Amino acid sequence: MSERTFVGGIHPSYFKESTAGMPIAPAPSPSQVVIPLHQNIGAPCEATVQVGDEVKVGQKIGEPQGFVSAPIHASVSGKVVKIGPYNHPLGSPVEAVFIENDGKDTPFEGMKPQKPLEELTPEEIINISKEAGLVGLGGATFPTHVKLSPPPEIAIDTVIINGAECEPFLTADHALMLERADDIVYGLKGFMKALGATKGIIGVEDNKPDAIASMEKAIAEGGNGYDIEVHGLHTKYPQGAEKMLIKATTGREVPPGALPMAVNVVNQNTGTAVALAEAIKTGKTLYERVVTITGPGIKNPANLNVRNGTLIKDIIEQCGGMTDDARKLILGGPMMGLAQPTDDVPAIKGTSGILILTAEFVKDFPIAPCIKCGKCVDVCPMNLVPNFIGSASEKGNMDLAEKYGAMDCFECGCCTYTCPARRPLVQWIRIAKGEITARRRKQ
Amino acid sequence: MERRLVVSSSPHLKSPDDIQSIMSDVLIALFPVALMAVFLFGYRALITMIVATFFAMATEAVILRKWDLFGDGSAAVTGLLLAMTLPPAPPWWVVAIGSIVAIAIGKHIYGGLGNNIFNPALVGRAVLVVSWGSYVAGDVWLKPVPFGFTADLLTRASPLINTKTSLLDLFIGTVPGSLGETSALALIIGAIWLFYRGHIDWRIPGGFIGIVFILGLFDGGFTTGVYHVLAGGVLLGALFMATDMVTSPVTPIGKLIFGVGCGLVTMVIRLFGGLPEGVTFGILLMNGLTPLIDNLTLPKKFGEVKSNA
Repeated sequence: MSERTFVGGIHPSYFKESTAGMPIAPAPSPSQVVIPLHQNIGAPCEATVQVGDEVKVGQKIGEPQGFVSAPIHASVSGKVVKIGPYNHPLGSPVEAVFIENDGKDTPFEGMKPQKPLEELTPEEIINISKEAGLVGLGGATFPTHVKLSPPPEIAIDTVIINGAECEPFLTADHALMLERADDIVYGLKGFMKALGATKGIIGVEDNKPDAIASMEKAIAEGGNGYDIEVHGLHTKYPQGAEKMLIKATTGREVPPGALPMAVNVVNQNTGTAVALAEAIKTGKTLYERVVTITGPGIKNPANLNVRNGTLIKDIIEQCGGMTDDARKLILGGPMMGLAQPTDDVPAIKGTSGILILTAEFVKDFPIAPCIKCGKCVDVCPMNLVPNFIGSASEKGNMDLAEKYGAMDCFECGCCTYTCPARRPLVQWIRIAKGEITARRRKQ
Repeated sequence: MERRLVVSSSPHLKSPDDIQSIMSDVLIALFPVALMAVFLFGYRALITMIVATFFAMATEAVILRKWDLFGDGSAAVTGLLLAMTLPPAPPWWVVAIGSIVAIAIGKHIYGGLGNNIFNPALVGRAVLVVSWGSYVAGDVWLKPVPFGFTADLLTRASPLINTKTSLLDLFIGTVPGSLGETSALALIIGAIWLFYRGHIDWRIPGGFIGIVFILGLFDGGFTTGVYHVLAGGVLLGALFMATDMVTSPVTPIGKLIFGVGCGLVTMVIRLFGGLPEGVTFGILLMNGLTPLIDNLTLPKKFGEVKSNA
């Protein structure tokens, strides 16, 4: 089974021991949440509540402004005390709704169980996922209902659930596969029905044999008639990257610049599948998610169910605080996560992990010249030549960077990880991508 | 006081390998070769290696004005590799000049590590062959005497293809030749370390040795093919010289083409040329073609050919 994989990639240390297999614990309810009104790729939301309004758990507080967007819901019950810009994990401040928690956790009465999956039409499933505010919970936060609405000329035959969790340190998806396997299968069936897909695949890296067993058991019990398989995948980063996962599970290669639907596939994250199952079974909107709080810089690592808008500093405090030598706070995993300048930032739908690294991980290396060892070429999952793109970008030659395929890079960071000359290759490629995109826009 | 957090662009993890660790691995891989050289040719071989390595490191230190002699380790590798291509005991000043030329002209004229076009050690050797040929080629070969610290000078030219020599002698290394080239056994042990550490892949040595064997086969049958691989500098060149990262292609297909090219030129010189050995010039010629090979063999992007398998 474990030959299923792609060409390239790296084998970093996985550091998953500290939270692997830990049960998902509820995070204590914070006294105030700050819920940003932009939590997905695409258009932001506009507030549907005003200062002074009382809101309930799960109630809609943000209305999407555009098709590629998803509504946002209150994660506590209480009073809206402020609406204004606040720190956001992606960088610049974003409009946010501040809700003071009354501690009562009064559920919103609009959250009601839907019809069972057997009776739902594809349109109804798409609408449920839209109203529940579902976005891709792997970190990219692409609105789920958009993924479930491909152009009519494209027939999706396969839905892949991404349980690879190839980022070191993170174990949130692993925990979900152990505890919520039945909901993952239920959600997958929902995706398959919405898309008219005949095949469901759950891809799991083979370093999680307990998760593979758990998923196989859930399929045997709840698969009823759906063609669903678990694929054990070779443990290698970035096995969970969309295109790599499709290659490993179906053998299909998504062409450069195209989306998975070009090869009749849609990918969904395990967390998103659980969220769809909850939205159908109980009407629950997406106001909380499982987050791995981990790294050598946190005193008590954990897998927590975190409410949307909880400030990272509150979560860190609940986990015993940072150690004295903590130096870096990352939202997401260590390979593609975003380092934060402050812990005064809210957790959002895309926050899959809170990783705190210590001084030994945070070293500044002098950049040496490229010794053309070709290791970056060997590891690049997109078969690019990161050394040449990086050097072109370093010199400001964006034409050359584009010619070498800069725009096909999805920034997994394998090249920078592996470079013995400590060259910031993917960082240079990012700069090139930014400049090339800006130039194309101008034309 | 608020804690100060470091912000940087991902990835936030770094492989433990760096240039110094790679160069150290090459030195480790050369250790069995060096040991064999001392075993076969005595203390004079040791002196040649020490002189070559020291002058290479010192030249680099002077040019960079960094007084940490080992530095990133690349100069030590160049010096030791140069020694491996020399006869056991040339005058010390010839060795020193070779090292100085290798580092100053072979490497730093082009801008230092990573920017040189030609393998620096082979540039040093080429200059010595052309300028002091009587010391480094010709009647300079010592008869190897294991544990014999009084090896005699042979009075005949470098016996490259002499089918009277037994294959076992060629494999173990008990034949006259350059310091590091005689023992196939030691070279293979060293190369296994580099393969294991992932610093070289099969394509360059495979292409190089493969084509030498095949052309040898056509020249005189199976045994001749094996002789061509084991005798002379083919193994040293294929495993340690042609695989020099800076001067060889980075693309998978490019590496194979490069290896085959090295072997081809080597055999053309051996079979039809005026020189007894062609490894040095075979590799140097292909070094010059490396940028071209890279650009002509860029890998196909993921998903570029087949859109639906």
